[in-house]
Amino acid sequence: MSEMTGTFWLIPLIPAVSFLILLVFGRKLPKTWISVQACLAVLASFVLSLVSFLGLLKVPHSNLPLVKTLFSWISAGRFSADLSFHFDPLTAVMALVVTGVGFLIHLYSVGYMARDRSYARYFALLNLFTFAMLLLVMASNMLLLFVGWEGVGLCSYLLIGFWFEKPSAAAAGQKAFIVNRIGDAGFLLGILFLFFFVGSTEFRAIDQAVLGGNVSQGAATLVCLLLFIGACGKSAQIPLYVWLPDAMEGPTPVSALIHAATMVTAGVYMVSRLNLLYSLSPAALQVVAAVGAATAVYAASMALVQNDIKRILAYSTISQLGFMFIGCGVGAYAAGMFHLTTHAFFKSLLFLAAGSVLHALSGEQDIRKMGGLRRHLPLTYTTFLIGAIAIAGVPFFSGFFSKDAILSRAFAGGHTAVWLAGLLAAVMTAFYMFRLVLLTFHGRERLDLEARKHLHESPPVMTIPLVLLALFSVGAGYIGLPAVLGRDLDRFFRFLEPVIPLGPEGVLSPGTEWSLILASVAAALAGIVAALLFYGRRPAIPGWLVHRFPGLYKLVLNKYYVDEFYGAAIVNPLIRGSEAVYQHFDLKVIDGAVNGAGRLAALAGRALNTLQSGRLKDYALGLLAGLIIILGALLL
Amino acid sequence: MIPLSWFLALSAILFVLGLAAFFVKRDLITMFLAVEVMLNAANLAFLTFAKKHELLAGQVIVFFIITVAAAEAAIGLAIILLVFRQRKSIKAEGADLMKG
Repeated sequence: MSEMTGTFWLIPLIPAVSFLILLVFGRKLPKTWISVQACLAVLASFVLSLVSFLGLLKVPHSNLPLVKTLFSWISAGRFSADLSFHFDPLTAVMALVVTGVGFLIHLYSVGYMARDRSYARYFALLNLFTFAMLLLVMASNMLLLFVGWEGVGLCSYLLIGFWFEKPSAAAAGQKAFIVNRIGDAGFLLGILFLFFFVGSTEFRAIDQAVLGGNVSQGAATLVCLLLFIGACGKSAQIPLYVWLPDAMEGPTPVSALIHAATMVTAGVYMVSRLNLLYSLSPAALQVVAAVGAATAVYAASMALVQNDIKRILAYSTISQLGFMFIGCGVGAYAAGMFHLTTHAFFKSLLFLAAGSVLHALSGEQDIRKMGGLRRHLPLTYTTFLIGAIAIAGVPFFSGFFSKDAILSRAFAGGHTAVWLAGLLAAVMTAFYMFRLVLLTFHGRERLDLEARKHLHESPPVMTIPLVLLALFSVGAGYIGLPAVLGRDLDRFFRFLEPVIPLGPEGVLSPGTEWSLILASVAAALAGIVAALLFYGRRPAIPGWLVHRFPGLYKLVLNKYYVDEFYGAAIVNPLIRGSEAVYQHFDLKVIDGAVNGAGRLAALAGRALNTLQSGRLKDYALGLLAGLIIILGALLL
Repeated sequence: MIPLSWFLALSAILFVLGLAAFFVKRDLITMFLAVEVMLNAANLAFLTFAKKHELLAGQVIVFFIITVAAAEAAIGLAIILLVFRQRKSIKAEGADLMKG
């Protein structure tokens, strides 16, 4: 281990220490101290990640992954797990994204949360989240990964419900937690089966077992599908996506960090981490691709008609996560990771810019009450527009390269249906993003008087992260250019090669590849042009469409009534069932047994207390009777 | 010499007298005296058997009983005094506060 990579295990521990300090002393520390400490902790982690990453470039592939065992955690019979961190290209990418974007969002929060009463609690939780997320990506075995997995889930719950005085926020936090529990049940079963089949949860041992042919296809399918249930929960895929839109009740920087850039991508990371195992099971991969494609289209369709700026972005996140799973499902794990990286930049940018809008409008989230904001918030507008262009897939911006990488691999792998679905989702993505831009920043001002009074651009502490993220949103794509543009320009994929083997090369002729790129470009432009037409030139069209297809519009606007369906099919029966069990079993059987025991004792007491007459002579008589009985027994 | 059985007979007569008095009489002082009579009947029986078996243990127990009886007299009379103060009567029937 070289000097540069020797300290990588400190990366997650710095935010953990900062969290503990804030937890214990947070209430007594001044706000300036809290901000500086929380931001510096994440910045230190980022610098360490950067140093370790640069060191990693010099480490020969045969020495990967670097592992640092802190101590033996569990040792029981055949089972053992260490508390150990590992560092390889995949971890490096995740660590850089988590700490890099995380630092910018910490910085932004200093401005956004400046007037919040629970300032220390907020930053303590944000630090705790950073720690848990780093634990998740640096764990060297599934069990430790699961600890991080649950840790980020807990932080997500606590931060969604950060303003717990608001009933809707508290309910949203609970919803997120419970829906994730369902996924985690599958995830935990997956880990158990993995141990059952492989005999270890260490990633190195799993990869060796797969490469050594010691895992059957059926076993791989079972484990992969169970683990994917967990990924569906955490990464908000069909059918467990329902918690993410509600999670927008949390503070906006939290939405940016947890529910866009990092935590929700944990499922994609997990699948990429176990890519050898997943590649063993075509059936599981097909499920991943199908769920990803369905989610990408489905969530994008809901984003088309929503009116809440944050919810549109939430549905967009779900849809983009679907894209990442398409990448994983067609075997292009590295492309999925690439999209994860670029998405982390442009989606956190979009959320933070949206936060800047909310900040300016005193919390107004309805885009019908915005409009014309580009004159008042020029910097926010510019950065938001860059984010929108990046996510829409306009050439030369990062989203274009990563989305194209996924779609071309899907096409090359013969998954034409998935490719078409992806293309459709791409059109809708471009459309809803530009609808959002036009309704928010262009056109007539539809502000409330109250909101108009406080209208102001955000302070530099919020706009600097926006500008930096905007730069990354433009530039991050150039680390992984398509092969057709020249050899060895796909640095990102080559960097990940030790973890994710490069797929078959040169399956596509340059002509096909150019046509695919053109198709992607056409999809993006079609969406943008349609949005410009609908919300710029011909504002009558949306109304006409709504008038024409009222049923369809209502269906999509109400999110396909899935929440209502889950409520009727699962939540309410569960609540009613619990109520029935409470009424009949708890109250009657359990309480009955306990109260019955008490009543029996009381009854016995009442029967016996006639003996206690209070008359001295009765007691003496009792004594005498006892004496006679004893004497009689002795004499006989 | 008087046979030992006579002592035992006297002891039994005293015990039964004490017992009868305890049940028949109603005031606490007399009942208390009846208990003393029964105790002394027991003492006499102990002494008789101690003499018969040539054992010191029986005589030692008598000393213990006399000590206990003295303590009982002190406490018992104090209780009776308090009962009288409370109820202006030392009838046993009145003192039934502990009735369940």
